[in-house]
Amino acid sequence: MQLSRDDLKRAYKSMFTIRAFEERVDKEFALGNIPGFAHVYLGQEASGVGVCFDLTDDDYIGSTHRGHGHCIAKGCDVKGMMLEIMGKAGGLCGGKGGSMHIADMSKGMLGANAIVGGSPPIAVGAALTQKLKKTGKVAVAFSGDGASNQGTTFEALNMAVVLKVPAIFAFENNGYGEHTASSYAVGAPSIADRARSFGMPAEVVDGTDFFAVHQAMGRALERARANEGPYALEITCFRFLGHFVGDPQNYRTPEELAQARGGDPLPRFRRGVTEANILEDGDLDAIETAVLAEVEDAVKEAIAAPRPDLSTLEKDVYVRY
Amino acid sequence: MSRKSYRKAINEALHQEMTRDANVIIIGEDVGGGQGASGEAGEVGGVFGVTGGLYKAFGPERVLDTPISESAIIGAASGAALTGMRPVAEIMFVDFVGVCFDQIYNQAAKFRYMFGGKAKTPMVIRTMIGAGFRAGAQHSQTLHPLFTSVPGLKVCMPSNAYDAKGLLISAIRDDDPVVFMESKSLYDTEMEVPDEAYRIPFAEARIAREGKHLTFLAFGPMVPRALAVAETLAKEGISVEVIDPRTTSPLDEESILESLEKTGRLVVIDESPPRCSMASDIAGLAVTKGFRFLKAPVGQVTCPHTPVPFAPNLEDEFMPNPRRIEEAARAALAYG
Repeated sequence: MQLSRDDLKRAYKSMFTIRAFEERVDKEFALGNIPGFAHVYLGQEASGVGVCFDLTDDDYIGSTHRGHGHCIAKGCDVKGMMLEIMGKAGGLCGGKGGSMHIADMSKGMLGANAIVGGSPPIAVGAALTQKLKKTGKVAVAFSGDGASNQGTTFEALNMAVVLKVPAIFAFENNGYGEHTASSYAVGAPSIADRARSFGMPAEVVDGTDFFAVHQAMGRALERARANEGPYALEITCFRFLGHFVGDPQNYRTPEELAQARGGDPLPRFRRGVTEANILEDGDLDAIETAVLAEVEDAVKEAIAAPRPDLSTLEKDVYVRY
Repeated sequence: MSRKSYRKAINEALHQEMTRDANVIIIGEDVGGGQGASGEAGEVGGVFGVTGGLYKAFGPERVLDTPISESAIIGAASGAALTGMRPVAEIMFVDFVGVCFDQIYNQAAKFRYMFGGKAKTPMVIRTMIGAGFRAGAQHSQTLHPLFTSVPGLKVCMPSNAYDAKGLLISAIRDDDPVVFMESKSLYDTEMEVPDEAYRIPFAEARIAREGKHLTFLAFGPMVPRALAVAETLAKEGISVEVIDPRTTSPLDEESILESLEKTGRLVVIDESPPRCSMASDIAGLAVTKGFRFLKAPVGQVTCPHTPVPFAPNLEDEFMPNPRRIEEAARAALAYG
């Protein structure tokens, strides 16, 4: 699948937006501007963008507690996201969801999900709708290596095969489920093996390589859109920071952390497209400048925005007692 | 209008709603039944035959047989609901929500609120409740207080065929997740039920019997028992009003308080353990909003705080039975 210059710019913009957004979340959290806790997607940008790159607003994704990157890759508004994460009026969920529950139905984003293993069954349902309504669209369940150990995930994998729905299971194996290594907690040799054992094709993909993820997703999409059933990707990647913002990560050695930073998908992408003379450094630098300004605006507006009006407390639930 | 069983009334509601709206689908274990077997698929129609005939009428894409995977059933239903369908999911026995409760209370129930009102989840969870079938501790519970306590869920407990049909049609057309609790003990009970589709609004209690000395408030399978005891007491000149709330969430507080104002004495009859129950909830309502009407302490006829026992004599004593209901009624009447 040949990508045009504009495609490549779009991919880099999406990845760099995630990078800039998450670095800013990390910073704003430390400054006390973000209530609760946050889980950032730094290091995994090529996965979310590679998976979502060819999806439309009418394709669906379900996400995880580490969902900011998926939201951005699926086209959610950065300002609306920052407002939401800061718990402000005008956030994508009116300030009632927060970092772990950002959703935007208009973008086919069925929600970040703070329950590990929460999204796969829901994605099967969204895929079922596409099958029954014959839309040719798909539903993707993003999960981590941790969720690959949940019973809900096993049920969803099996159900997707039995009902033959266009569901794609994107397992982002960043090496850690919270603070426990996937090498310890995933009993199978690979998550892809596990998915295969449920009766669907699966492959392991290098999640630091946008092009590898994008191509693998292309194979998954082709099968799903042809109504041939589900597909699984195990996308290996690195989590640059801890489980949550502020996690001291004393369970990882400095060597390992340095190695993780070595698997940075953004410079890899930059090298790839500039060495092939498709884009120039200046093209990418211009994207970065524009994105940084956009994120800066989003942060400024979010900090200045008011909290949700107290009158919204009991709105959007059917009854008050 | 014709005589129909509670089972038939539910089946008819499903059939009519599926005919009316192509987005209504049924998803669950053995709802058609017989998939992959040597015989014909669709012959089962649910373990108690409630979805009988629907597979043959609507086909495998509208009546979806699933693996025994309750989390995936509820998750698939909510995901389909979020994206434009109106699924009716079946959790065979309510006891099985233990393996899928996350998908109900953390997921489906929360989407609308958590996503700032921008998502709707029009789904129904049909499930069977009730002891008395010698089915033991894991196939006999009621659990409606559990669902009633969850913001974002609506809960129906029809006590007769007419209400079952009207409430189910309302549930299917509702944009929020509705837990629809079918009483096993009522499936064969019959009454006149309209042939056409009709809706019964939520939070509208039914006065099952008018009276002036005492109010019985009963839920689902306990309504016929409450009516039977009321009939017995009537022979002594005791006039009992029987209120059937029909939905526990939302709850028609007004009708309950109106009846309490009239009689001043209230006995709640509910097939569930006593703590954090509908009985304690209604007693709380009476005390906080109807204190001035109360002439006697609120009577509570519930199950003991135990799992459902197996031995027939123990199970019969476990359930609110006529003797215990009558004792509570006499205690309320004798007070003060």
